[in-house]
Amino acid sequence: MRNVAVIGVGMTKWGELWEKSLRDIFVETALLAIDDAGVDRIDSMYVGCMSSGLFIGQEHLASLLPDYLGRNPVPAVRVESACSSGGLALRQGFIDVASGMSDIVLVGGVEKMTDVNGHEATYALGTAADQEYEGYHGLTFPGLYAMMAHAHMAKYGTTREQLAMVAVKNHDNGSKNPLAQFPFKITVEGVLGSVLVADPLRVLDCSPITDGAAAVILCPSDMAKRMKKSAVRIAGSGQATDTIALSSRKDITWIESTHLAAQKALAMAGRKVEDIDLFEVHDCFTIAEIMVSEALGIVERGQGGKAVQEGLTSLQGKFPVNPSGGLKAKGHPVGATGVAQAVEVVKQLRGEAGARQVGGAKLGLTQNMGGTGGSSVVHIFEAE
Amino acid sequence: MAGIIGYGAYIPRNRIKVEEIAKVWGADAPSYKKGLMLEEKSVPSPDQDTITMAVEASKRALKRAGIDPKEIGAVYVGSESHPYAVKPSGTVLAEALDATPEVHTADFEFACKAGTEGMFVALSLVQAGAVKFGLAVGADTSQGAPGDALEYSAAAGAAAFIFGKDPIVAEALDTYSFTTDMPDFWRREYQYYPQHGGRFTGDPAYFKHIMGAAEGIMAKAKMKPSDFQYVIFHQPNGKFPLRVGEMLGFEKKQIEPGWLVPKLGNTYSGSSPLGLTATLDISKPGDMILIVSYGSGAGSDAFIFRVTKRIDEVRELAPKTRTLLDTNKNYLEYGVYAKYRRKIRKAD
Amino acid sequence: MPTPSRYWREIPQRYRLEAGKCESCGYVCFPPRLVCPQCGSREFAKTKLADSGKILTYTIIRVAPHQYVDQAPYAVGIAEQDDGVKLTAQIVDCNFEDVKIGMRVKIEFRKIYEEGEAGVIYYGYKFIKE
Repeated sequence: MRNVAVIGVGMTKWGELWEKSLRDIFVETALLAIDDAGVDRIDSMYVGCMSSGLFIGQEHLASLLPDYLGRNPVPAVRVESACSSGGLALRQGFIDVASGMSDIVLVGGVEKMTDVNGHEATYALGTAADQEYEGYHGLTFPGLYAMMAHAHMAKYGTTREQLAMVAVKNHDNGSKNPLAQFPFKITVEGVLGSVLVADPLRVLDCSPITDGAAAVILCPSDMAKRMKKSAVRIAGSGQATDTIALSSRKDITWIESTHLAAQKALAMAGRKVEDIDLFEVHDCFTIAEIMVSEALGIVERGQGGKAVQEGLTSLQGKFPVNPSGGLKAKGHPVGATGVAQAVEVVKQLRGEAGARQVGGAKLGLTQNMGGTGGSSVVHIFEAE
Repeated sequence: MAGIIGYGAYIPRNRIKVEEIAKVWGADAPSYKKGLMLEEKSVPSPDQDTITMAVEASKRALKRAGIDPKEIGAVYVGSESHPYAVKPSGTVLAEALDATPEVHTADFEFACKAGTEGMFVALSLVQAGAVKFGLAVGADTSQGAPGDALEYSAAAGAAAFIFGKDPIVAEALDTYSFTTDMPDFWRREYQYYPQHGGRFTGDPAYFKHIMGAAEGIMAKAKMKPSDFQYVIFHQPNGKFPLRVGEMLGFEKKQIEPGWLVPKLGNTYSGSSPLGLTATLDISKPGDMILIVSYGSGAGSDAFIFRVTKRIDEVRELAPKTRTLLDTNKNYLEYGVYAKYRRKIRKAD
Repeated sequence: MPTPSRYWREIPQRYRLEAGKCESCGYVCFPPRLVCPQCGSREFAKTKLADSGKILTYTIIRVAPHQYVDQAPYAVGIAEQDDGVKLTAQIVDCNFEDVKIGMRVKIEFRKIYEEGEAGVIYYGYKFIKE
């Protein structure tokens, strides 16, 4: 297996991009990554997108996007794993380069969510759950995570305020990210006073509906050195699955797939979680970040709430989580999220993260998750 | 000999008071309460309908009957609020009870007497030896037009009876039906609410047919009112059953155990059947029970049952009708009631 | 939103809670499956879930998917039935304040939703307070 480097990143401002279609958003972003990498050739591409079919009635992105990028006949793959589509696309691209099959690979993620109304978007997002045995009973994604929250709060004493602190921290970080959808601060009172979506989760506990894309260019580390590019190496990649329905999980207060994916990635990288300088994790809901921090091993099981309260995961803390603002402040165009996490980590390891730079960052970890943890993918990046 | 081998009742927990409805339409609540002898009625939740109530009432009947549902040979649902205009309620019920596929199923319709119609047919099939067990349900979630007198009484509920030859809880000694054609109450296809003939629905309709069936069955069985412990009449309001009972020579105490309407409202096809389940709940071995239904259009079905000692073994196996009527109640305001009953016009 | 055939296929589960019990290790799969997730065996016996259980967790859905908008707010929970099988369904016929982790519930047959004024009516199971 060859060593794989990230030599280019691209991301535009995320939000409700009324004037831009999915093709526009993807191509603009991919071009930024291609220009950043300074390459003129692409050998293959992988695109993460959860559901262009339900959001805009468009499938066959594997033909459409290389076409509009002006790169036909390049081979392309559209990757889907609900909200971990982007992270999974990154893993496929990584495997393509590591195996020697391709040299220069474009990995992108994109989602265009605002061409449907709120109810239809909720429905589309709900397809990540078990349609016949969860969706059929009226469950939504906030509802599923709300059930995880209630169980976590009952078992470990996690509080409503601790959940709110996750959102506040991520907005603090997001306020320093010019590309974020919501680059402003919020308060705990603001979170607790926002409208209930699914008890105990409120609007400000939930990541938003967003249009956006993110892209990276991968190539073998040797090639990056020859090109004299400042490169970041993908040191580890791990993926795992778990049951689709929350009710089938052994422990609904624990995300086993993230735990296993992280173990595999860390083993591949030859690292322990304590070595990691920053984490970009899947805070689709505030409770998710708390549970992921436990599954990654940043804190002990059940202590995730306490950790955020004590500032362990703040930008200045021992284990900064979501310096980009996370899904909450940066936005969550579903298929793009996993790739955007990689973009942030690469920028941080290059020292290009501006006001939200984690000082001396050498190792970064991204964690991207589908559904309520039915799939998880973890990557570890190392500054060369 | 054939008869009832199991029975079960289902009443939704929501209620709305006469005062609450009267307040909205500017009507005089005390005079409605006095005139109709009605205080409140049951209201189905949005996730309840004739089928869901029929399923739960039938499961309770199965508990009391103690039989294998696969042995049920006939499943009938009588209602004037079948959820579909075309697609049977009975098939959903039969499937939910695991009585399929070897079963005869039909939906019955005859205003408020659709329940007892199914009972008559199920009983007859058992008597004829054509089926081993027959299930009949009377269930409704009837609608009253907003502001109309019927809005105070149109209620929801279900009663299920399984008929067989063994083990009998109440022997069916006789049946009698009295039918004439009369336009006292009707609903045309595609109309949302029924219409009725006002005072025309009284003497020439309800009273004439109930009297006809009651007198007919008593003549046939050579019995008189004092031979019965209990009698149940169709209950469109509190007054009519008491008055017809008096006209026939029954005493109030014979009518009272099955007289649910003041707190329940008129459950249409479930009306006299629920009166029967409530009466069976408090009956003793040897009791003679007369039930006379009434359905507009018009007709009455009468049955005479004699309770066996098995009633003492099955009574407690499922919730009693009065328990369902009197406990776990949830009172609604008119706005929520109108939302639940879909009287509010929404965007497409 | 299921189509008539997708709904009809699941009727034994929706109406009767029919499940599959692994002949090798006894694990009960609801809905029934072809492969046991616990031991990998492919032999199953037909069984039904227990009628009663206790709530493991719940939420109150206030922002509902469009087919359920008229029902909102409604409570949904995961219950562990008395036979150990876990199940997700709405919790109805009780006040939200009464819904608690550990609450005893039983199954009742209810309408899940209707496809507008003209479409199919979908039925299934919900939890009510025991």
